[in-house]
Amino acid sequence: MFKLNFELANPKRFMDLSAKLLPWIWVIAVGLLGTGLYMALFVAPPDYQQGETVRMMFIHVPAASMATMVYMFMAASSAVALIMKHPLADMAAKAAAPIGAGYTLLALITGSLWGKPMWGTWWVWDARLTSVLVLFFLYIGYMALWEAMEEPVKAAKAAAVLCLVGVVNIPVIKFSVEWWNTLHQPTSLAKMDGPAIHSSMLWPLAIMALAYGALFVALLLLRMRTEILKRRVRSLQLSRARAAVQAGAA
Amino acid sequence: MSEFFAMGGYAGYIWPAYGISALVLIGLTLESIAAYRRASRDVASLEAGVPVYSKKADPADPAEANAAP
Repeated sequence: MFKLNFELANPKRFMDLSAKLLPWIWVIAVGLLGTGLYMALFVAPPDYQQGETVRMMFIHVPAASMATMVYMFMAASSAVALIMKHPLADMAAKAAAPIGAGYTLLALITGSLWGKPMWGTWWVWDARLTSVLVLFFLYIGYMALWEAMEEPVKAAKAAAVLCLVGVVNIPVIKFSVEWWNTLHQPTSLAKMDGPAIHSSMLWPLAIMALAYGALFVALLLLRMRTEILKRRVRSLQLSRARAAVQAGAA
Repeated sequence: MSEFFAMGGYAGYIWPAYGISALVLIGLTLESIAAYRRASRDVASLEAGVPVYSKKADPADPAEANAAP
């Protein structure tokens, strides 16, 4: 009964609610992006050590933190999908994957373009960079698994298990800069004694991070709506095929 | 103005990073919108009785026989 209620009521309610929310989330995301970009490029001062390259931070750090946060969201959704069989949880995880992969790709590319002038190299096989590359492959593997399996229920289960196994990579990314010697600096933001960064740079960074977060929510809802429509297409096709077979047998 | 674009000599790193970021995020958005439109069109035509996939025309199915070009 519990399960039946979920399946009947929830996607419909989600479609209604997301249709109302989405325009506002788009407005917020675009507004934050515009403000954040303006502050990052025109308001924030050059760094006394890094000069203008510090402007890389405003797009690198939000992409990198979204890369891990989207994965944690996917893992939480996958756990809910496996344990509670909530139909929207599978779709949320599936819809989030390409967005997370995009952010991870951007973290790698902007990091590389920042590393060359600051470290003198595009890439090193150290703990931080390698674990983020592994994260990117986890996203790709997760998406490939969904594509490879015809039956959505089976695909969802396999993909959820893969996603949960991959969670071990998240603390490795987080603590890699403290556990191992690496070129990558430790965080300047999430520290016990408050962020070690001047407000003239903290504000543009915070707004860009919020913008990337809002864009994720907007894309997630849009892609979840697409997933619901695709399942509707699938069930309509199945019922039509069944009707055709019955008509043929009669 | 040209000083702004020069980015203290780091233009070759900073502008590609911003450009690629814009490209990936706009691309992701456009792809998501296109997929949504495709799926809504498929639902609409199925609900109207038009088959979405072009299967072999089956004369036993009146809906399909009508829809065949």
